[in-house]
Amino acid sequence: MTRGQINRLKDKAFAYFGVFCTLIGLVILAFFIGNIFYDGITRIDWDFLTNLPSRKAEKAGILTAWAGSIWIVIFTFLIVVPLGVAAGIYLEEYGEKSKLSELLEVNISNLAGVPSVIYGLLGLEIFGRLFGMGNSILAGSATLALLVLPIVIVATREALKAVPPSIRAASYGLGATKWQTVWHQVLPASFGGILTGVILAISRAVGETAPLIVIGALAYVPFTPSSPMDEFTVLPIQIFNWISRPQHEFSINAAAAIIVLLLITFVMNGIAVYFRNKWQKKINW
Amino acid sequence: MKKEKIIEGLLKFSALVTILTTVGILYVLLSESISFFSEVSIWEFITDKEWTPLFVNKHFGIMPLVMGTLLTTFIAVAVALPIGITIAIYLSEFAPKRFKKIVKPLLEILAAVPTVVYGFFALMVVTPFLQSFIPGMSGFNSLSAGIVMGIMIIPYVSSLSEDALSAVPKSLRNASYGMGATRLQTAFKVMVPAASSGIIVSVILAFSRAIGETMIVAIAAGQQPRLTINPLVPVETITAYIVQVSLGDVAHGTLEYKTIFAAGITLFIFTFILNNISFYIRKKFKEQYD
Repeated sequence: MTRGQINRLKDKAFAYFGVFCTLIGLVILAFFIGNIFYDGITRIDWDFLTNLPSRKAEKAGILTAWAGSIWIVIFTFLIVVPLGVAAGIYLEEYGEKSKLSELLEVNISNLAGVPSVIYGLLGLEIFGRLFGMGNSILAGSATLALLVLPIVIVATREALKAVPPSIRAASYGLGATKWQTVWHQVLPASFGGILTGVILAISRAVGETAPLIVIGALAYVPFTPSSPMDEFTVLPIQIFNWISRPQHEFSINAAAAIIVLLLITFVMNGIAVYFRNKWQKKINW
Repeated sequence: MKKEKIIEGLLKFSALVTILTTVGILYVLLSESISFFSEVSIWEFITDKEWTPLFVNKHFGIMPLVMGTLLTTFIAVAVALPIGITIAIYLSEFAPKRFKKIVKPLLEILAAVPTVVYGFFALMVVTPFLQSFIPGMSGFNSLSAGIVMGIMIIPYVSSLSEDALSAVPKSLRNASYGMGATRLQTAFKVMVPAASSGIIVSVILAFSRAIGETMIVAIAAGQQPRLTINPLVPVETITAYIVQVSLGDVAHGTLEYKTIFAAGITLFIFTFILNNISFYIRKKFKEQYD
């Protein structure tokens, strides 16, 4: 073989290796999800979704877990969306290249790299103790809202950046103020991008476990919450609790609950991707 | 005009919440840690080889937790680095456009799966599988946790590296082809060196992500702090320790309670340094080609 042939052969071999690497992670994940479905799908029925937790595996259900997750999601959403979108607007539309916006930028990228368990420590001390919220839904939501805040801010900024300056100039030309321009022109035009970021942030919050454990969310809550000041558990914590038990029946419960959690996560991510594609196509400045 | 000013003030305040968050984190970690270090000397914290704050015979050496953290992290990066960079090179230099368009969002799924799910995977599937041909492997170990964590962080490495490769101007690639180089030669001798700073950033971020990962190691790596590099025995990471204490009933103000903040600030320092190195590299080595 000539050198050229050897090089071409190496080139081909790497191409195959590339396909292999690209698919290996996905194949393992698919195998694993298949495995979980096989273990857990028969465990999912109406009773499993509506039963309270129990020490007997076959009687235990995930009612309090998914109810808690819904409470957490709603309050996280209510806190993070106004805060994140407002912060994104400030940085992109108002914060001209000042020292402050530079500091904010470095700070936000740093916050995005802080481990989630540290946010738990923050929530435990500040929301739990200092603000007296204890281990309530509100304390958990506030903690998760701060955790996913950088995601919403970055997505908002990207979406605002995509709106061409001519739109703003036209609005100013018609006599609109800065806020009128932002509120009536720029925000509606960037709605799709912001929504995508918000959905991804909420999907992240649904799957978070560690920070909620740290603020003191309980593994066993025998009632569904009725106010944001109530104690709570969430799906991932319920799963974690079942995984930590030695009996096989509980790991089947865990598999069943994982199916529910994965379904929620994938549906949300799917919606986010759908919106991203739809808006990218629709808006052609 | 007054309304405009008020609105701008509100927006500015929202942005400042991010600063307050950082200040809050630093305040919480520092205040509890300072109180911890008034009872335990920093020297003992760094040099003692045992971590047993919850036992009668208390030792406060952070090294076993740091070792557990680094062990799982290195295993994870050893898995994610070669696979992630190969994916990045393949997608940017070899793959058909259509394939790339389908595969990229699929890879992102790996990072979107909740970590508690990966923990289940590591404990219930990977460990039994490895045990079938590694005799003497413990039910909790850093190897399974590390491998699974590695799979999780593949997209962090691949997508950032791929962005870096895509940012290299086409002319460099075409010049290499023009000299008769194959795609593989072009990839490794031209593109990768040109995108090296971006690739390094992706690796550092993967390290930082793995160090801070909690649930996978809390579930699959065990809860036994020990100073070892043996990947087959139970260890405990900093994050897993924080979770372990939080699950129990430790009263505020006790020394046990303060240990999670001392552990937390150690973790924070690690990730803070890594994040800032990556930030610095990104700023400093931004390639300029025009």
